[in-house]
Amino acid sequence: MRIGVSWLREYVSLPAELSADDIAAKFISIGFEVEDIHLGEPVVGDLVVGRVATIEELTEFKKPIRFCTVDVGPGNGPDGSDGVREIICGATNFVVGDLVVVALPGTVLPGGFTIASRQTYGHLSDGMICAEDEIGVGTDHAGILVLGHGEVDGVEPGADARSLVGVGDPVIEVNVETDRGYAMSMRGLARELGTAFGVEFVDPAQAPLRTAAGDAQPVRLDDPSGCSRFVAVRITGTDPLAASPLVIRKRLAAAKIRSISLVVDVTNYVMLELGQPLHAYDAAKLQGAIGVRRAAAGERVRTLDGVDRPLNGGEVVITDDSGIIGLAGVMGGESTEISAGTSEVVIEAATFTAADISRTSRRHRLPSEAAKRFERSVDPAVAPAAAERAAALITRYGGGTVDAGRTDVGDVQEAAPVRMSLSEPERLVGRPFSADTVQRRLEQVGCTVELEVARGSVVATPPSWRPDLLRPADLVEEVARLEGFDTIPSVLPGAPAGSGFTPRQRRARAVADLLADRGLVESQSFPFIGTADLDALNISAGDTRRRLVTLANPLDAGRPYLRTSLLPGLLDVVRRNLARGAKSLALFEIGQVFLPRHGAPSMPDLAVDRRPTPPELAVAEAALPDQPRRLGAVLVGDWDRVGWWGAGRAADFSDAIEIARGVAAACGHAVRVVASDLAPFHPGRAGELRVGDWPIGVAGELHPAVVERLGLPRRAVALELTLDAIPDAPAPTAPAVSPFPPALVDVALVVPERVAAADLAQALKAGGGELLESVRLFDVYTGGQVAAGHRSLAFALSVRAIDHTLTAAEANAVRDAAIRAAADAFGATVRE
Amino acid sequence: MSTPSSTDSGEPSLDPTDAAQVDAALAAAVEAIAAAADLDQLKSARAQHLGDRSPLALANRAIGALPKQDKAVAGKLIGAARGRLSKLAETRLAELEADRDARVLAEETVDVSLPGDRRSRGARQAIARMIDQVSDIFVGMGWEIAEGPELDAEWFNFDALNFPPDHPARLLQDTFYVAPSDTVPPATGGLDSETRMVLRTHTSPVQIRTMLDREPPIYVLCPGRTFRTDELDATHTPVFHQFEGLAIDRHLSMAHLKGTLDHFAKAVFGPASTTRLRPHFFPFTEPSAEMDVWFPDKKGGAGWVEWGGCGMVDPNVLRSCGLDPAEWSGFAFGMGVERTLQFAHSISDMRDLVDGDVRFTTGFAEPVGQVWV
Repeated sequence: MRIGVSWLREYVSLPAELSADDIAAKFISIGFEVEDIHLGEPVVGDLVVGRVATIEELTEFKKPIRFCTVDVGPGNGPDGSDGVREIICGATNFVVGDLVVVALPGTVLPGGFTIASRQTYGHLSDGMICAEDEIGVGTDHAGILVLGHGEVDGVEPGADARSLVGVGDPVIEVNVETDRGYAMSMRGLARELGTAFGVEFVDPAQAPLRTAAGDAQPVRLDDPSGCSRFVAVRITGTDPLAASPLVIRKRLAAAKIRSISLVVDVTNYVMLELGQPLHAYDAAKLQGAIGVRRAAAGERVRTLDGVDRPLNGGEVVITDDSGIIGLAGVMGGESTEISAGTSEVVIEAATFTAADISRTSRRHRLPSEAAKRFERSVDPAVAPAAAERAAALITRYGGGTVDAGRTDVGDVQEAAPVRMSLSEPERLVGRPFSADTVQRRLEQVGCTVELEVARGSVVATPPSWRPDLLRPADLVEEVARLEGFDTIPSVLPGAPAGSGFTPRQRRARAVADLLADRGLVESQSFPFIGTADLDALNISAGDTRRRLVTLANPLDAGRPYLRTSLLPGLLDVVRRNLARGAKSLALFEIGQVFLPRHGAPSMPDLAVDRRPTPPELAVAEAALPDQPRRLGAVLVGDWDRVGWWGAGRAADFSDAIEIARGVAAACGHAVRVVASDLAPFHPGRAGELRVGDWPIGVAGELHPAVVERLGLPRRAVALELTLDAIPDAPAPTAPAVSPFPPALVDVALVVPERVAAADLAQALKAGGGELLESVRLFDVYTGGQVAAGHRSLAFALSVRAIDHTLTAAEANAVRDAAIRAAADAFGATVRE
Repeated sequence: MSTPSSTDSGEPSLDPTDAAQVDAALAAAVEAIAAAADLDQLKSARAQHLGDRSPLALANRAIGALPKQDKAVAGKLIGAARGRLSKLAETRLAELEADRDARVLAEETVDVSLPGDRRSRGARQAIARMIDQVSDIFVGMGWEIAEGPELDAEWFNFDALNFPPDHPARLLQDTFYVAPSDTVPPATGGLDSETRMVLRTHTSPVQIRTMLDREPPIYVLCPGRTFRTDELDATHTPVFHQFEGLAIDRHLSMAHLKGTLDHFAKAVFGPASTTRLRPHFFPFTEPSAEMDVWFPDKKGGAGWVEWGGCGMVDPNVLRSCGLDPAEWSGFAFGMGVERTLQFAHSISDMRDLVDGDVRFTTGFAEPVGQVWV
């Protein structure tokens, strides 16, 4: 809400020396976010009231141009003469005798624009007749600013125009939270400032109401759930062409509301002043009684903006005998709109239900000023005052009379009193508040307060404009807010002794740190994927990764699903980096995937007024997709760099698998690797990693077709592990370390090519027994010296005993036993 | 062939009792050792003058055959000469070895500015690092770290947090809803979601889960990924991160909230930092506040920066989790990780944090502008 400081001062006795910044700071301290302060650019020099004396239409130009003489008051004429200046003007919205705003030569307007006498359109123009936007008091540039026709009280040519039109009046833009509807008005904000500065506030809604006789307009409330109160007044014989007074126009302009006509401007003005949205009907166009009901699906209404809107059903609507004539609280209808011929007006001041207006406004995308107030809730008690205020202003400036009657149907729900222990503010805020303070602050908010000293409690009945005050905690906030949050002490609570990170949390961090230390860069991609992403990865129709969670409202229609693999997102990041010039990349990501469960129940509706039961919670959990934490990594280009030391080396399948082994080791596990043909991997160059028999993921080279399709460097490798599938490791038993030297023996074995090196090593280890400390493959050979279909695998064996130095005979016996086992298992022969 | 210097015969070439002869042999040996220019020359000089067949060695051997009265004189003469010579040779050896070592080291000098980055360095992502840093701070205070699913029941994300059914945050324009399975996603839709599942819009559902899972006292930090339907631009991202804190105990007040935030601010931004609370509104806390942090390193000078929201856990939230608001009270707070990084590190474009450009990520982990990068 945008509010002019000078207007605020009409309701609250703010000390004159307070600046807009001081006021803004106070707003902030009591909980109102200040979006901006518009200081209003100054006009330097002579900005005076002028009266148009003559107008000559110059017709020889492409657009209408007027050559005017303007009386600018004593001493303001050329060379200090009294009287008249000749001014060229491009606007046509004024007549002889109008009071206008004139910038005399030498005056500097906002934006640094200096007015000078200049030759234009064949005349010397000796000043400028100003439009609103040119002097920074509005946005209108349709014509010049007309202060009034004929005589205007107390305004004479030559008078300084600045204060008249509000030049330099600061405007504060306050962001009002959804629970404080009352503050969407001068009335509400002025009250808050009065309290905050401790100065007097005069409630503009407090003027005694006119005594009315009978109804002004028949009204039928068919849906009290959507409209609890409907007030209407009627004005007859008002001038439809009467102009809004400058004060209203400038205040609307400051609030960024366009001036339309006196009647419409007044309804908006009173809404700003009192917070009650009003609607004006052309009474001549109303047919029969006004009704309030809910729309049926399929009904339509043509709103003021000329849009014919189909209704969903359930919207609160205003009707007359002709049908629907307005979307209640959101926007009026076209059929009863005020026009240039309207002299009889019905003013509506109604109380609509916040949730209904909120829903209608959003469903129809109409965030009108009225809707913004109703959805935050409007003071139901202010409706008659607002209607009367509007009627008084319209008849004052446009003539006519207010009908004797006033319609007022429905009722105002009395606010329920809230009882609060006097110790509650201290319990929640952490500093003491005296009973007097609690009482005073709640009264300032508008509550009726009764202290129950004997019970140590207070009973506060909230005012009609504070429907948000329902519980002791709500009252505590008011007391603490007005006392100032800066009075709250800072006390660090002593949490009970904790046990630190969980083993899983430690493990997750260890894995990430390990990968970063190994040279991989962490990234985090969006979890949104499309079927094209899965197609690109060769993921087939029956693959479980095609069982997807679908978003109802994806940002990108091409990626409406939640990821079932980290690789699409990670590969996106890879490609983005490649596109930006990177040649070699090693990236990893740790994140959740979303895997729908078979036969998941639907999500139950759980209550909020109590803890859900364990069975209810169990169903809710079962309804959610499984969301395990995964690790993905992709390596493209050189893994070891080329440099002054020699050639570089691209990552191959074994690097990917080794990274996976490292991760498993960081989780306390050794892994077994068995060949895998899972997409998107190369069917002959990827391995499934298993802890025991439990698969935890796949690592290896990406399928060449995938690499080609994604435009990656050849032979890119990747891995994807389900971190949550890696079991917790038991505490390891400390290894026994022998102090004796090892016997080192090399063995080269020839085996059929299909025999996996890891299996052969396993056989050697098993055969060598306890004394065989380690088996390490150091060479793989195929070629002339080895039979076709076979290969030679060379192992370095380290043989060592815990309690003595082995003799050569002992070491050889271990070697021979190992070889025998390899021969038995795989037909391995020693390569001569 | 029989010259005084010849030792081939094994016969002494000098008379061990003749001081003049001994001195002459000694002088010749001293000269030879001093003249040795390298270790090889020294080795041959030593062999010649100190070796088994050197004149002095032979003379020494001959002493045994001398008459008794000459033995002492000769022994003294030869012993003194050989002792002096051997000392000289050792000294010269040390000198020459030192020379050689110095020369070898000089020859082995390399250009130490050569890069050693045979493998490029990896790095943790800035967001993950910040979450780890903040988690450490809270674990240090005795808190625990709680985590939960990113896709969660609407009940955990909204209902249990006291969001009324029509709260604007629930709208499709803010919240990602899950579509019923086997439906084509509609372009727009109503507020009603059949599935009642959302991508969490904050990490608060983890707070609810924690309150349901364990008995108070509860002191947990909930860091994690969150989602809102904002298009990605310089200041918004649909996928972002938060850390939220929740403390539930018998005696907690806003003063404890303030104390915790102050400590947190100092731990992250240095001892000069502090926080300030401004009244605000959130459905899940009452009283509620926005929190500013005093940021000493703010661009353009120290100042307040908006950091997050906080407040006392709303009684309705406690009730939804089965806790009696008369017995338990608690506070909660939440900040955006990206926002914290943005102002702490002058990141003007949010997209840098989500693009995954390795230059950005590694630039965070080490000084920018090195030559070898």
